[in-house]
Amino acid sequence: MEKQEGRDAAGLRIEDPWYDALASGWGELDGTGAAAYALVPPPEPSPAARGTRDIYLEVHRSAAFQEVRARYRMFVVPATLVFLLWYLAYVVAATVAPGLMARPVAGAVNVAMLAGLGQFLTTFLLTWAYARHARLRRDRAALELRWSVFDQERTRERTQGLSREAARGSGR
Amino acid sequence: MTGDHQTLALLLFSAFVAVTLAITTWVSRRRQGSAEEFYAGGRLFSPMENGFAIAGDYMSAASFLGISGLIALFGYDGLLYSVGFLVAWLVVLFLVAELVRNCGRFTLADVVAARMAERPVRIAAGTSSVTVSVLYLVAQMVGAGSLVALLLGGTSEAARSWTVIGVGALMVVYVSLGGMRATTWIQIIKAVLLMAGTVALTVLVLLRFHGDINQLLTTAAERSGHGLEFLAPGLRYGGDWTARLDFISLGLALVLGTAGLPHILSRFYTVPTARAARRSVVWAIGLIGGFYLMTIVLGFGAAAVVGTDAVRASNAAGNTAVPLLALDLGGGAGSTGGAVLFAIVAAIAFATILAVVAGITLASSASVAHDLYASFSGRRGSGSADGSGRTRWRGRRRQGRKTGPKRYSEVAVARIAAVGIGAAAIGLGLLARDLNVAFLVGLAFAVAASANLPVLLYSLFWRNFTTRGAVWSVYGGLVPAMVLVVLSPVVSGSPEALFPGVDFQLFPLQNPGLVSIPLGFLAGWLGTVTSPEAPDEARHAETEVRALTGAGAV
Repeated sequence: MEKQEGRDAAGLRIEDPWYDALASGWGELDGTGAAAYALVPPPEPSPAARGTRDIYLEVHRSAAFQEVRARYRMFVVPATLVFLLWYLAYVVAATVAPGLMARPVAGAVNVAMLAGLGQFLTTFLLTWAYARHARLRRDRAALELRWSVFDQERTRERTQGLSREAARGSGR
Repeated sequence: MTGDHQTLALLLFSAFVAVTLAITTWVSRRRQGSAEEFYAGGRLFSPMENGFAIAGDYMSAASFLGISGLIALFGYDGLLYSVGFLVAWLVVLFLVAELVRNCGRFTLADVVAARMAERPVRIAAGTSSVTVSVLYLVAQMVGAGSLVALLLGGTSEAARSWTVIGVGALMVVYVSLGGMRATTWIQIIKAVLLMAGTVALTVLVLLRFHGDINQLLTTAAERSGHGLEFLAPGLRYGGDWTARLDFISLGLALVLGTAGLPHILSRFYTVPTARAARRSVVWAIGLIGGFYLMTIVLGFGAAAVVGTDAVRASNAAGNTAVPLLALDLGGGAGSTGGAVLFAIVAAIAFATILAVVAGITLASSASVAHDLYASFSGRRGSGSADGSGRTRWRGRRRQGRKTGPKRYSEVAVARIAAVGIGAAAIGLGLLARDLNVAFLVGLAFAVAASANLPVLLYSLFWRNFTTRGAVWSVYGGLVPAMVLVVLSPVVSGSPEALFPGVDFQLFPLQNPGLVSIPLGFLAGWLGTVTSPEAPDEARHAETEVRALTGAGAV
């Protein structure tokens, strides 16, 4: 099943215009690249660039995106703090308090062994929790936003293409 | 070690080489020669396939032989490595994998350069990526040389040198002909072989002790000669404060370095979406976690079955613990079962080294061609000079097509770079063959954590981050890390140093991470706050939207 979905996503993409979508946007942001290299603020972007800029700024300000970002951060920030502190505490305890770590618990198993296995266990648990959280709370909203950006870019490109053609006349 | 072992091990290893070479030729027969194909294998791998490939890239011979060996020698202190190597994956999963997949194209520099002035950032990130890769590569080459000496009994210098040269030549063939697609399949095959071998040995160890973990641990403690101290921290990293600080430094480097390793980052681009990248990391965490749990059993098993003294007598660094354990579990020296298991372990270890080396070579050739060559050759510069302003993706694509006959295409450069990096790694591997392998790996992680991780996290999460901050943070981590290593007891001033005759040691720790990682973050912050350039709000907004939604991703 895992595999199936991956393939599907892959298959979708080949016929998709994503490959064109990638080319638009990112690259047109800084107006003229030469200016950007020289660390001089780029001149007023061309109308095309302003279009992409505006699309992303608008999506960035939208409530839907803020919600996705808030959900991501609400999980990731505390979880990262917890596992980093727990790992650092483990490493520091092993170097600073070997006596405490050597205290036997059951048979040959001591505190240090349990702490080490606990690190494995928390890693697996956090992995599972993150994957679940992302799947249930973020994926759908993120995909919708992705499509909305894509639609807007398509619309912009189409209107631009039309105006360019009109300017040139249709004598091709 | 009788001749039987060697013949069988060589046969198995030749079979692996033959299969992987067949894959490489098959893949390269159908190649289109596009950058998409060469660097990212067409981006159509499934999460499970990529998860196995990530695990294959990550589980080096240093883990398989080295960590089990450390546990067999020092008991609990070896286990701390396993924990650090696994917990590091949470950093990758939470903060890096999906966002990098969404924002980048082939390399780390893609992610950072998208928000910044491209050229200086690309040169900085490319330089540090190549540095990390070469360090890691040399570690693997040195490991290959000593492994062959240990396992096949060919202790002569010539045998070791020829192994290093042979491994290097093979991987250059893999990478330059097969690109990412062949490399990924090699990683998958190797990961399956490694997991199968480890599971088989673990089951045999547990059977020997009738599934009683307590008895396994007690026997290990008895036979280690240290008693219960063997099961508690302090045997290796106890003692004076420098040793303890050194351990904390290593722990920090291990947990933060993984997310900055170029060959791990490039793996996320072989799947179609960020969601697939996440699921491949989940697969990888499952595999890697299971693997490290089993290395713990194998390490204590080697101490219990073979005995710590016997392990140390065979190899002072403990690298032969697992092969010796296999020999014993199969029925002891002279038995057929023992010979077969020993040969299998030896062949798996070679396959492991070969696959890891191929993965790193590919990643560093991508950095050379995609980041450094493209920046220095001025192709991007000319791309913007024509007034189109499309300096990045579209510009490069069109440019490549237009000027194809005149200049080398990027993929051709990458193939040449793979050959060059292979040659450099062979040369350095021959020079550094007496250096400790674990140290080299720890150093590569420390440099990755100091130079690559700060710039990556800042550009993904910090709104005000600027070009100067990015450049400073890369060099501010890279330079201190390298300088501190040169001034450390590893290079001079101690009997085991690289140059034992001279003494310019100023820094007491072997691993620079404790100092250089904070310096990398500090330099990025300083560069940003002193920067005259105002942060570009729109491009930060675009990075965030792309990172979290996948809009416009490749």
